[in-house]
Amino acid sequence: MKEEILNKSIDPTVHDMLAVAEAAGLETVWERLEQQLPQCGFGEIGVCCRNCTMGPCRIDPFGEGPTKGVCGATADIIVARNLLRMIAAGAAAHSDHGRDIAHTLLLTAEGKGGGYEIKDAAKLKRLAAEYDIPTEGRTKEEIALDLAKAVYAEFGKQEGPIQFTRRAPAKRVELWQKLNVDPRGIDREIVECMHRTHIGVDNDYVNIILHGLRTAISDGWGGSMVATELSDVLFGTPKPVWSEANLGVLDEKMVNIIVHGHEPTLSEMILAAVQDPELVALAKEKGAEGINLAGSCCTGNEVLMRHGIPLAGNFLQQELLVITGAVEAIIVDVQCIMPSLGALSACFHTQFISTSYKAKFPGATHIEFHEEHAYDIAKEIVRTAVEAFPYRAPEKVHIPKEKVKLMAGFSTEAIVGALGGTLDPLLDVIKSGAVKGIAGVVGCNNPKIQHDYAHVNLVKELIKNDILVVNTGCNAIACAKAGLLVPEGAEMAGDGLKAVCKALGIPPVLHMGSCVDISRILVVCAAVANALGVDISDLPVAGAAPEWMSEKAVSIGTYVVASGVYTVLGVAPPILGSPEVVELLTAGAEGVIGGKFAVEPDPFKAAQLIIDHIAAKRRALGI
Amino acid sequence: MKEIFVRLDRCLGCHTCEIACAVEHSQSKNLFGAIFEHPTPKRRLFVEWVAPEHKLPVLCRHCEDAPCMHACISGAITRTPDGVIITDEAKCIGCWTCVMVCPYGVIGRHLETHTAYRCDRCPDQDEPACVSACPTKALVYRTVEEFSADVRQVAATEMLAGEGG
Repeated sequence: MKEEILNKSIDPTVHDMLAVAEAAGLETVWERLEQQLPQCGFGEIGVCCRNCTMGPCRIDPFGEGPTKGVCGATADIIVARNLLRMIAAGAAAHSDHGRDIAHTLLLTAEGKGGGYEIKDAAKLKRLAAEYDIPTEGRTKEEIALDLAKAVYAEFGKQEGPIQFTRRAPAKRVELWQKLNVDPRGIDREIVECMHRTHIGVDNDYVNIILHGLRTAISDGWGGSMVATELSDVLFGTPKPVWSEANLGVLDEKMVNIIVHGHEPTLSEMILAAVQDPELVALAKEKGAEGINLAGSCCTGNEVLMRHGIPLAGNFLQQELLVITGAVEAIIVDVQCIMPSLGALSACFHTQFISTSYKAKFPGATHIEFHEEHAYDIAKEIVRTAVEAFPYRAPEKVHIPKEKVKLMAGFSTEAIVGALGGTLDPLLDVIKSGAVKGIAGVVGCNNPKIQHDYAHVNLVKELIKNDILVVNTGCNAIACAKAGLLVPEGAEMAGDGLKAVCKALGIPPVLHMGSCVDISRILVVCAAVANALGVDISDLPVAGAAPEWMSEKAVSIGTYVVASGVYTVLGVAPPILGSPEVVELLTAGAEGVIGGKFAVEPDPFKAAQLIIDHIAAKRRALGI
Repeated sequence: MKEIFVRLDRCLGCHTCEIACAVEHSQSKNLFGAIFEHPTPKRRLFVEWVAPEHKLPVLCRHCEDAPCMHACISGAITRTPDGVIITDEAKCIGCWTCVMVCPYGVIGRHLETHTAYRCDRCPDQDEPACVSACPTKALVYRTVEEFSADVRQVAATEMLAGEGG
């Protein structure tokens, strides 16, 4: 295998498929990155401003050229404004996902959901209690209607508070209030980001960044948490489940359907439709043995967590799925879907099916999804996929054999369940030092980093040092493929963590779900902090996003820091053009909010930063 | 012998060549390191705006009969066997005579080192950093013969098109 291909990923299926792509002359994300190089240095360090047409302006980082934009904005102002817009976009993406789930719950409660039902009535009642919604003697639909309306109102609220933010420890909420970063409403904070970054509004970089914290909190403890909690009510709260991951989950004899994107409303119905006897019969009539459903990215995580549907791959593998020549349809909704899939699918029999009115793609077949008619539309989508099967070109089919067993489904409820109904066993092993602390490792892939290299090596290094890892998103998929999500993965852990995993029969790395499910990690942190009577910032915990690329990741990193957690990024955000903003986020923030960022691309050095941080927090707690 | 040529209709004014030039002339050789260095790494070419809509990188032509070399009173400016005009920082006394006589205005004054600096064609690279970095390939690194041949080809095509039209 060519070194050039080996350097792109640590995953053998990627090497395999890139060799196929090269032989067939097919372009992937890696070639497009090479074509973009060198990328614009002004953009890389965040000193390019396009917010008005007196510009575009940019600041010369070498100080020879302009030091101010036309309006007078310095590098500090431009960098902070650009960062705030990234947070706004990320928070908007997560929160709009949350809104869609709330909408589905509302329709379902009103009896207008085209096939949805309330799967977790117990969780519905727990959430209703948080909102002071009466539950006694009421049907689950009646409760759900009130809950959906109350949650819906969080988006348009003007004066706060967002109810789920009150799950944070009291000390944390007081700090947010003192700093004036307690969110007033989910949409309001995002709108205010756009207002503040308009020409001539907020020009104090500290004030801008503080609003970034408030907006990000409205995501993590707001929109994302809404998405997670209401998805659990509608589709069931995840419980430990076994499955498999990597391109080898595709089956040459079956109709292979990939669900890709983010919102479980679509994928839940596709999952129901692929089991419909009519469509299974159609698949057999077309010459297949049946229908095989697999997931990609966070949609993959959603259906894995609740149903054990296998994971086909993470973000950088989406094009490779098509290149296997064995995928009849890649069905997408929103977020992290490469527009390149259109042209690439055209080289195969693969149906690239877009479903959201918000997300259309060149070269896609658009079958618009509406929750009111969910099951009927899902059947139409699956039928389109099945009907593509006879057009598969056998000579183009190349499915890598690798697939790895995994255990997922670790919702907060499932973790408490695995611990025997209380967090105490976890607190005990943390206090005893068998487990030194907890690291949440999350985030995307980025072709600037060898695919999965930073994810897998950081996590391995952490568990080796007795740090329990909880993960979501594309990190979880990377770890699944590396064999870290099985109880036997504990063999790679340090003696303390290994013993704990063996006693409980759990993996050393707990898959907690999709990217909105980072809200589950916040809930765990809050519960641990409350049990110890401290703030989250006192805990021996840390966050990391070793291969991040999206604006959503910027919002995540910011709400994690705003929650008081030290967070290590593997890719530098575009802020280096302002030494002041860099100083604030990587040093000054700690004294204010209790958390801060670090940037370290080397996963081994990043692990050391986390290990040292956790050791320092343990010392401060006297454990 | 190759020269850095500018294709006059290609520049979009993104200044990427300037960034790449300064980075190549830094100690760390990467942007994130270079912007924090002292002495400050300097770009040796300049994207100029020619109103109303043209942009153009201007850089040392390494003239055959170089006025700066003749004018240098301290003997700091010499020509390498490859034909590249270089300024020896150790010999430069900072009199700025070279700046005065350069018809292109592409010799810089480094306020931290008190010496003159200019394009050195990136002796450590096969292709100068500005050329490699240019996203629109406005900058090319070719021999005079190659560059002229391309220009002739375009001119010939246009002449025939004119006859046909």
